[in-house]
Amino acid sequence: MIHFLQTLIDALSLGSLYALAALGIGLLFGIMRLINFAHGDFVALSAYALILPSTDVVSTLFIGSLSWPLLIAAILTFGVVVALLSNFAVFRRMRTASPQNLMVVSFALGYVIQNLIMTVYGARPKALGLWSSLTQVIDVGGLRVPLLQLVTIGVTAGLLLGLLLFMRKTPFGIQMRAAADDFRMARFLGVRADFVIALSFAISGLLAGVVSLLFVVQTGVLAPTMASDIVIFAFIATVVGGMGSLPGAVLGGLLVGAASSLLQAYLPDGIRAFRDVFVFLFVIALLLVRPSGIIRLKQFEERV
Amino acid sequence: MTEMTIRVVLVVGLYVFIGNSGILSFGHVSFMSIGAYAFVWISCCTLPALKPLYLPGLPIVLQETALPSPAGIAAAAALAGGSALVIGSILMRLSGTAASIATFSLLAGQYALFRNWTGVTGGTSSLANVPVFMNSAIGTLLAIGAVLIAWLHHQSRYGLMLRAARDEQTASKASGVNVWLVRTIAFGLSGLIMGVGGAMQAGFLGIVTVDAFYLDVTFLTLAMLIVGGSGSLSGAVVGVIALTAVTEMLRRFEVGIHLGDALLALPRGFQEVGLGIVMILVMIFRPAGIMNGRELTVGHFRLKR
Repeated sequence: MIHFLQTLIDALSLGSLYALAALGIGLLFGIMRLINFAHGDFVALSAYALILPSTDVVSTLFIGSLSWPLLIAAILTFGVVVALLSNFAVFRRMRTASPQNLMVVSFALGYVIQNLIMTVYGARPKALGLWSSLTQVIDVGGLRVPLLQLVTIGVTAGLLLGLLLFMRKTPFGIQMRAAADDFRMARFLGVRADFVIALSFAISGLLAGVVSLLFVVQTGVLAPTMASDIVIFAFIATVVGGMGSLPGAVLGGLLVGAASSLLQAYLPDGIRAFRDVFVFLFVIALLLVRPSGIIRLKQFEERV
Repeated sequence: MTEMTIRVVLVVGLYVFIGNSGILSFGHVSFMSIGAYAFVWISCCTLPALKPLYLPGLPIVLQETALPSPAGIAAAAALAGGSALVIGSILMRLSGTAASIATFSLLAGQYALFRNWTGVTGGTSSLANVPVFMNSAIGTLLAIGAVLIAWLHHQSRYGLMLRAARDEQTASKASGVNVWLVRTIAFGLSGLIMGVGGAMQAGFLGIVTVDAFYLDVTFLTLAMLIVGGSGSLSGAVVGVIALTAVTEMLRRFEVGIHLGDALLALPRGFQEVGLGIVMILVMIFRPAGIMNGRELTVGHFRLKR
């Protein structure tokens, strides 16, 4: 029972991380049909902003040396700025492009960012101890839980609630939902396209900043490709949950996280190394049963 | 030059599926990987004791044989093509974005599998001493072969039906095109060509690692196809030539050029960055690629569109 509960918390915290990343991807897909392969590189870049640019093996803290409220604010702002910059430099010029071309461009942008990181910071992974007090394990009624997992779950829940309120209650959020529903109609009704798209890039960048912080504290390592695993799973999560649906992205993230934690815990030793293979098989199987994901949106069905 | 012929084979392989079907696939490098390892399994290691040492998980028969390279290439084609046919028959029930993402998860899954299947693939360690058979003549021959196969497929009724389904899926269905079937055929054929490309890569470098067949190659080959223009076979070939020229030029600049006494050099890593930027610019200013869906024509000889 204890073992099961512990696995459950593992699953929830991993799922939260995937859900946050999936949300950042799903938001942009919902509004401008962009499958943003560069999202992982937004995450990596935000994480690298913690240290001084150099190719030395030892990392020197830069933003990372600020006190924690400032640090959080700085990294989140950084994520937002990166996302907005890529919107203005690249995606804004591709407003009328097909989803395929958008996908290719984001892939290219990610490749550029990743190689810029390698050029500036060096390709080797760097150790970075940030907030190591968070990794201590606390005892809750026989359960031994790393504090960080609880923080991850808490932060995710808080952000989801905040985003939900933002989308439902504020005029900006309502405009965003209208644009996601029917972009052309929303423009006719006076929603400013540039503004809504920039806003969704900003939120996506903010979420990337949050993921980068949680992930760096958890692993204590910086690497140019550090976020590629999370993002691969997050993509899969958005598809599993239903492309373009925000609750779907969250649900998909939790599901994929739960699937990999449970497989990790209960697969026999010999084949545990193949955990990811099973996760991907599961995804393909699920797509075959429900090609449009768990939550199916009518505006994404092909019309003739 | 030899490297370019490998790329032609790979990009033409991609074209057979992506160009004709209009579905972006991120997973075709998986078949390249399968081809390369098939080549190793059949032809690797002239030293008899090496294979059992590296790959104890292989069937005994394979451990004891080392057939000549042509057999290895044939095996690569057969295994990659066969697995592409099977996987394609499953994935092609999806369409559009869902299919693209499914191919992405195919790539990630295959990578995870080969990385951990230590007994058969050597896991993360690289397999050296693979027989080197490539030179520019053989490479050119194989590249011409790949282009010919792609051209024949393009001209065949299967190619035509596939492009019909790309341009107007519903209308083509209504006219009796079995969309699933023509897509699966193209997926299999394109996997086969990728497999040969993988064997060529293995037989060029003489070394095979799992990491050589992941996101970097996926990106480079896709970039070549799209920059050249995925709408035509000429586009695929032009893309390879154009981007090879660009990377070659950037590489020169990275090494540095002498201007009088000063050595001008770009920072390292600029080659990749420059490649990405070129690709973004092409996408912004010429969304259908350099060839814009047209074929090169020589006199009266032209491809049917």
